[in-house]
Amino acid sequence: MSTSTSTSRADILGNIRRSLHVTGTERPRVSVVAERLAQSPQGPIPARGQLDHEAQVELFKQEAERIFASVVDVASVQDVPAEVARFLREANLPATLRMGSDPRLAAMPWTDTALALTQGRSDGDDLNAISHAFAGIAETGTLALVSGADNPTTLNFLPDNHIVVIAAKDITGDLESVWARLRTFQGKGEMPRTVNLITGPSRSGDIEQTMLLGAHGPRRLHIVIVRD
Amino acid sequence: MTLHPTSPQFKDNAHGALRDPNLQKALGFVRRGFTTRRAAAVARLPEMEELRDAARDLKNHVLANLDLYLERYEAKVIASGGHVHWARTSEEACAIVLEICKARGAKSVTKGKSMISEEIGLNDALEKAGLEAVETDLGEYIIQLRGEHPSHIIAPAGHVTREQVEADFRRVHTDLPSERVLTDPASLLAEARGILREKFLAADVGVTGANFLVAETGTSIIVTNEGNGDLTQILPKVHVVLASIEKIVPTLDDTATLLRVLARSATGQDMSVYTTLSTGPRRAGDVDGPEEYHVVLLDNGRSAMLGTEFEEMLRCIRCGACMNHCPVYDAVGGHAYGWVYPGPMGSVLTPSLIGVDQSGHLPNASTFCGRCESVCPVRIPLPKLMRHWREREFERHLSPATVRGGLSVWAFFARRPMLYRLATGVAMRVLGLAGKAKGHFTKLPLAGGWTDYRDMPAPQGQTFQSQWRARGRA
Repeated sequence: MSTSTSTSRADILGNIRRSLHVTGTERPRVSVVAERLAQSPQGPIPARGQLDHEAQVELFKQEAERIFASVVDVASVQDVPAEVARFLREANLPATLRMGSDPRLAAMPWTDTALALTQGRSDGDDLNAISHAFAGIAETGTLALVSGADNPTTLNFLPDNHIVVIAAKDITGDLESVWARLRTFQGKGEMPRTVNLITGPSRSGDIEQTMLLGAHGPRRLHIVIVRD
Repeated sequence: MTLHPTSPQFKDNAHGALRDPNLQKALGFVRRGFTTRRAAAVARLPEMEELRDAARDLKNHVLANLDLYLERYEAKVIASGGHVHWARTSEEACAIVLEICKARGAKSVTKGKSMISEEIGLNDALEKAGLEAVETDLGEYIIQLRGEHPSHIIAPAGHVTREQVEADFRRVHTDLPSERVLTDPASLLAEARGILREKFLAADVGVTGANFLVAETGTSIIVTNEGNGDLTQILPKVHVVLASIEKIVPTLDDTATLLRVLARSATGQDMSVYTTLSTGPRRAGDVDGPEEYHVVLLDNGRSAMLGTEFEEMLRCIRCGACMNHCPVYDAVGGHAYGWVYPGPMGSVLTPSLIGVDQSGHLPNASTFCGRCESVCPVRIPLPKLMRHWREREFERHLSPATVRGGLSVWAFFARRPMLYRLATGVAMRVLGLAGKAKGHFTKLPLAGGWTDYRDMPAPQGQTFQSQWRARGRA
């Protein structure tokens, strides 16, 4: 921070405190804020996603399909490559696929298919990519993806067709459950560099409110739920 | 540097807008699209009213403790390897962004949609410094080509028809074959996607706004549908986040509450397609993402709104529902308001940020129908706040002489009930007789503002007060 912005910082905080008639050191205010940050109380959580796990997986599928994702269940991780190959073939897409270094994806039997795999981030030349989701949210059919070499963020946005694998056990009812899982993995108050909450394929309504898919991000979002 | 306001010419702007056939056609799409979709989304969520209460209370809590949450947020950004810059004014904010660009020798800047960028006039500042600034949101890209400013906070090109977009693309994209077909929105989108893809990949710096800044984790959040904001922030070496100070939210759980009301109120989606949480720059082992992460915190008059009757305006989460449901916005569109923020929220915020002397027409351009307040996700009493501005305008003798004169004539009679009853009784009888034949007036002295556009129904000869008394006796 340069000197000029540190003067601005002091001025802005000073103005806020003058307007609020506070000093910033009042014990009750400081403790209310510290408490809220430490306890992160939850707001109202819609009943829609508060179901048993099997029903949450069903709701996740319904909601994701409602916002134009395609969703398929497979019994085990062994079945994923065949499902991906089928999806690409039936959509008349080339049999290519880019992925990060996620060990869960790497362990799948890709050699059983004719897919040409490449690894790493996208530079914009890839038509198809596959990622492994961190979690799913039944309430809105949303996927949560976390950045890293395992699942590079560029794969979520540059390719035309994005395939996302999610373990059924990682599907939760609501956003709050995803925050709880992130805190378990990262520690309270810590975050991965990027968390992408993705709800359907890219879209735009900027021309005469006509809803069009594939604005800048993927035109197709295909979700593969692994049941085992 | 900031966009020069034309708010003082609101009346002329509005007359022009009412006579613009393209604008009137485009406004029809906004009206039908947003309002029906919001209603459908709200109908699907029984907890919506409870969430709106929670969102209001949460934002009030933030505003009462804004200093403390800002300090905590700053500390967390720094701990995650990011930089925080504080800007009192638009000029300071632009200078900070230019300095960041200069330090990296940047030539091109891609931009996600940001109203703060509009407020500080960043594109002009970048271009003056010799940098290429490219808007990447489809609507923002269209209006950048047209040399215009957004007419709506979430649908920046809401005033443009597809035929106009086609004409702009043909005018600017001269490298493409002239015989190409561009008649439907899909072909226009495909063309913009292709052109902007190259810009994304070539940019040195990416600038986005922020819907929320999370104090718990030092995270900035953008909410978009197109994915342009994400391509803007993950591809260049530097990501700059522009945000005003009231965007702070305490925790991730609080963010969930606001996310549940934001997209529903804005576009009628349960969730926007991309909600992206960014915390600091590229980490060890990452293969993509920005090497530098900067946040510019802008005040620009907001700290002075705290503790005043306009503090509630700082709860605004920029969903646009108030303008989508406003009969005045629906009639004249966003440009008539003459500055960055249109519609009811703009009519309250603009006088706070640029002065009521510049924008006194805006809080007067309201029917006080109350639809804006009835759909606001954080329950801002927009009509009440517009009324406060009218009061301030009157106190500061900024109202036009005819309005002040008219009010003092009315006040003279209102303080003398006998005289008031006599005068209104005579006036009603005279008007009743004069208008008896036609039942309405097509012209009235001193009321041309009314009768130029619609007929004035003729009174039926009695005042409300005399009818009331007559009924009381019966």
